[in-house]
Amino acid sequence: MADLSINLAGIKSPNPFWVASAPPANTAYQCHNAFAAGWGGFVWKTIGTPIVNVSSRYSALNLGQMRMAGLNNIELISDRAPETNFREIKECKKAWPNHAIIASLMTDTRENWHDFMKRAVDAGADGVELNFGCPHGMCERGMGSAVGQNPEVIETIVGWVMEVAEIPVIVKLTPNVTSVVPPARAAKRAGANAVSLINTINSITQVNMETMCPEPYVGGMSTHGGYCGPAVKPIALNMLHEIASDPQCAGLPISGIGGVSNWKDAADFIALGATGVQVCTAIMHYGFRIVEEMKDGLSEFLDSKGMKSVNELRGLAVNKVTKWENLNLNYKRVATIDYDKCINCNLCYIACEDGAHQAIALIKPDGHDLGPGRLPGKMIPKILEDVCVGCNLCALVCPVDDCIIMEDVPTGKKHMSWKQYQEGLAAGKMKPIPAHP
Amino acid sequence: MPLKSFLTAKQAAVNMDEKKPKFRPQEALVEAERCLYCFDAPCIAACPTGIDIPSFIKKIAEKNLTSSARVILESNPLGASCARVCPVEVLCEGACVMLDRDEKPLQIGRLQRYATDHVFENDIQVLHAPKKKNGKSVAVIGGGPAGLGCAAELAQLGYDVTIFEKDKEAGGLNTYGIAYYKMRPDVSIAEVEMIKKLGVKIRTGVEVGKTVKIADIEKKFDAIFIGVGLSSNALRLNIPGEDLPEVVEALDFIRELHVEPLHKVKLAKRVAVVGCGNTAIDAVAQAKRLGAEEAIIVYRRREQDMPAYPHEYDSAKVDGAEFMFNVLPVEVVEKNGHVEGLKLVRTKVNDQGKAEIIPGSEFFEPFGMVIKALTQAPRSDLLKRLFPKLKLNKDGTVARNEVTGQTNLKHVFTAGDCANGGREVVNAVGEARKAARGIHKWLTGETAIGPIQKTRYGMKQPYGSGLDNPVRAPELEEEYYAKQK
Repeated sequence: MADLSINLAGIKSPNPFWVASAPPANTAYQCHNAFAAGWGGFVWKTIGTPIVNVSSRYSALNLGQMRMAGLNNIELISDRAPETNFREIKECKKAWPNHAIIASLMTDTRENWHDFMKRAVDAGADGVELNFGCPHGMCERGMGSAVGQNPEVIETIVGWVMEVAEIPVIVKLTPNVTSVVPPARAAKRAGANAVSLINTINSITQVNMETMCPEPYVGGMSTHGGYCGPAVKPIALNMLHEIASDPQCAGLPISGIGGVSNWKDAADFIALGATGVQVCTAIMHYGFRIVEEMKDGLSEFLDSKGMKSVNELRGLAVNKVTKWENLNLNYKRVATIDYDKCINCNLCYIACEDGAHQAIALIKPDGHDLGPGRLPGKMIPKILEDVCVGCNLCALVCPVDDCIIMEDVPTGKKHMSWKQYQEGLAAGKMKPIPAHP
Repeated sequence: MPLKSFLTAKQAAVNMDEKKPKFRPQEALVEAERCLYCFDAPCIAACPTGIDIPSFIKKIAEKNLTSSARVILESNPLGASCARVCPVEVLCEGACVMLDRDEKPLQIGRLQRYATDHVFENDIQVLHAPKKKNGKSVAVIGGGPAGLGCAAELAQLGYDVTIFEKDKEAGGLNTYGIAYYKMRPDVSIAEVEMIKKLGVKIRTGVEVGKTVKIADIEKKFDAIFIGVGLSSNALRLNIPGEDLPEVVEALDFIRELHVEPLHKVKLAKRVAVVGCGNTAIDAVAQAKRLGAEEAIIVYRRREQDMPAYPHEYDSAKVDGAEFMFNVLPVEVVEKNGHVEGLKLVRTKVNDQGKAEIIPGSEFFEPFGMVIKALTQAPRSDLLKRLFPKLKLNKDGTVARNEVTGQTNLKHVFTAGDCANGGREVVNAVGEARKAARGIHKWLTGETAIGPIQKTRYGMKQPYGSGLDNPVRAPELEEEYYAKQK
């Protein structure tokens, strides 16, 4: 069994799965249940001057039968008093000394930040997370993402916090920016011990056609909410990689957040440089028990790869992402269809024909051993290998696993990137590649 | 006429092909992704071994098959055979919430097979016994589902376990008595091997009371578990002609398929099966699949009285089996020393549900073979001989504490068919695991805690945790409301 324990900027936890600062992390009651179910860490719902919430608060994007592929919310930070939250953190820490409890904080003035930091330390929190990400409500009051969108303000506030910090400080970043790198650099410059990302994304999930009001509906009006859940993972992974690969952020530990629903999602984050992950939507859908499947799956995967610790996985894919200009222009792959598996839906054909590069033909099925249930004589797809650009689209739309496989085609040509091509042209060593007809 | 075989090897193989074949990977994924991952899922409560079904299905959806199989086998070491032989229609699948959404229930049995096949095919041992044993030893009499279930649980608790099995292979009915198109014997053999790897010693070909003395066992072991099942040969029709060579026991007929090449199994063109339980259904369907022109169930009561499950009845009809209700055999008619047919009388079911003969209704039906599928009987004689002081119930089953499996002899525990009178494999395993915990508690004073079901985590007042309180699906609702009162 691989060792799942992690150490994120000095915060130790028995496994990389933390409950994210969100509705599941609101109370001591939830904290006890989360740790009993197997979570490694618990990032308390953001503590600040208590707010007042509205009813209703959540809305979702369903894809067919899949509920909550994306979730948005307009719930604010904790509506409980700071003293209640800090007292409960103390209780929980006493009961779970080996698990990580992180106090998420949001306030305004230097004095208030100093006060909150001191109280978090007194409560025994293993670290704090500064909420610079919340994109609804709080930002209108100059907090949350209003801070996270401005690197100078980040630097100032993190500076205040670090003046009194006795425990690790994590800065939670907002994705509602053009680039997440300057905010991360600002946090690092100011001395933050780690960053966590992504917070939720500005969103409107849908409009109710009867009321002409978007969801969630609050007495005839709605507001933009923070988007999360499985649908945001690719955005989160990209932002994670931008920071993990940034030379100025080198060595800055990262807590990955954004649509982690299963062990594979967590592995994606860790391979792209995260030390651990935080989870919310999956808990809001299935409960704390979901961590068991995550831990089990990650552990089995690490064992299958012969890795002794989850830390061996960290960052393995970071160097596999580069600028476009460094990609090999002479690499070629083409699609191949396994006719034993093909069910003759011809989605690959029409996707390529109308949506891509016209590299699939429909031919008579003669000579192909087709499966049962086929209409005799119905045309079947055939890849035109000399036209195929290897774009993957047919394989992406194919509803049968491993039916269309993208295969490498040896070109016999040496590696040549766009950069090398431009240099070759400039030096007069190469002829221009003719334009596609 | 003497019996003979009708099919070529190839035909027999096709006819006896698995009824529920293994899922292809994508089929399994599509099916697994349908699961809602219910909380406090009714399928768990409907499983007599309490398998955490939503958890193992979620793991299949996440392509984590090894862990999926571990979840299954930790709760039910015979999870691979139960995946094939369980009457899922009245257990887990019959409780699936999808039914209330007017959809097909999850194919839990086939998913369970998919996950467990993965570990058996790839020789992955997911169950482990502690390296340090606790110094106690238990003798298990009978290597069927109950004995194996008890042994696996005890081995995982650190016991030194020895199974005494009179047959050549352990597995009991799982190895020798399951319809061939439902399960192949190698599945059962593989489970036996897995249990051996837990350190369980299995002495086959050993008959307790003959090969080894019970006194020696009592001296050598700290506790004894009885899992001897039922006898198939006890009940007789008690009619003339019953001992003719073409009159056979249903279980012997099924067993032949497991020890002989399929196309060598002999039968007649017209076969009668007497009785209408699930074993009768297996026998009649197999006779049909082996090339009998007509295979007919002969049952003394009405269609609605038959003990067989409705889904088994339906499936036999699809196989081409025929049914004669309200008829009772009174004589096996002989010609030249062979079976010529059955002399039958018509019956009617009276107000007490008993079949009454209608006088003067005798008639003859030609058959070349008669398969008896009567109720199996308890092995009272054997039990009396081995343990003269053991308390038996009126029906001959062993009297026991339902929770701990303990009998009136403090060091003797029991579970499975010999105690419950004959239920499913999965009941035997569930009861045997409880008996293993009973033994553990009695020998060490400690309460063994099984794997905690994560999908039930957070329940403030758990109801029907499957292993602790198994219920059949049709009874689920009724029981639930009864408990609420």
